[in-house]
Amino acid sequence: MTDTAVHAPVVADHGHATSTGISNTKLAMWVYLGSDCLLFGSLISTYLLLRHRSVGGPTPEAVFDIPFTSVSSFVLLMSSLTMALAVSSIVRGDVRLNRIWLATTAMLGAVFIGGQVYEFTTFYREGLGYTTNIFGSAFYTLTGFHGIHVSVGIIMLMSLLVMSLRGNLGPERAEAVETIGLYWHFVDIVWIIIFTVVYLIP
Amino acid sequence: MSTTTEARVAEAHADEPVHEHPSDLLYVKIALILGAITALEVGTYFLNDASTALLLALLMPMMVIKFVVVASYFMHLKYDNRIFRRVFGFGLILAIIVFAMALTTFEFWNQDYLKFLR
Repeated sequence: MTDTAVHAPVVADHGHATSTGISNTKLAMWVYLGSDCLLFGSLISTYLLLRHRSVGGPTPEAVFDIPFTSVSSFVLLMSSLTMALAVSSIVRGDVRLNRIWLATTAMLGAVFIGGQVYEFTTFYREGLGYTTNIFGSAFYTLTGFHGIHVSVGIIMLMSLLVMSLRGNLGPERAEAVETIGLYWHFVDIVWIIIFTVVYLIP
Repeated sequence: MSTTTEARVAEAHADEPVHEHPSDLLYVKIALILGAITALEVGTYFLNDASTALLLALLMPMMVIKFVVVASYFMHLKYDNRIFRRVFGFGLILAIIVFAMALTTFEFWNQDYLKFLR
């Protein structure tokens, strides 16, 4: 059994010719993701510079619960699989399976956000507020921005699901699912970096 | 679509590989590999006596592998038009440069280090 499936080239921009021969929507998403690298690059740099400069208050080592965050990370990683399967199913024209994978991806994203809310609440109870110390400010800003990205992703996935239930999402609009999938996978790769750099490296 | 535009589009696709996506089975295999790497990453948390240098040597390659695998297979960069790779790569490299400049500016080029150099 082959590991790849060949598909006819996606018609650029739903039938509209582009000078590059590639979809404008997809290119726009890649440009956005490239610019988002800068946003997260700056936030991660800021966090690394500031995390050990707190005068008082809880330190990263005192508040982090690595086993709990590991489960959240695993959940987000698996949501990338379900998203990829959602794209694959719509390209094949399997609308029913596409709905299942879209709903599963949104649910896994919601579980991740739930975990983040729980984590933030626990940290706050342990005395780490947004303005408690410079570590807290940098940490909440970085992970909060990521959480907002995941939340926006969930909204987009739910929109796709509603479109599908109304019969407006067939194989001819597979590119819409693929483009939102790119966003979702990007959110996942940003978390891959945050998990290692923020949580695992002392 | 005019003939000229058609020719231009055909030309743009000429050096492009056939548009193919990984199969569902390959996606599952990749997810299992990513899960295993994540388990290894989490395992380093329990290495109590490990130095930061050792942890960096173990964790950074695993992070890069996960990043590249997700971008290549789940985001189809390996299979899609190379323009996407270039656009994303440009943003990524720019981010790494900003990251490196910020860290070196604050960590190495501050007064303490300059004093040490003198």
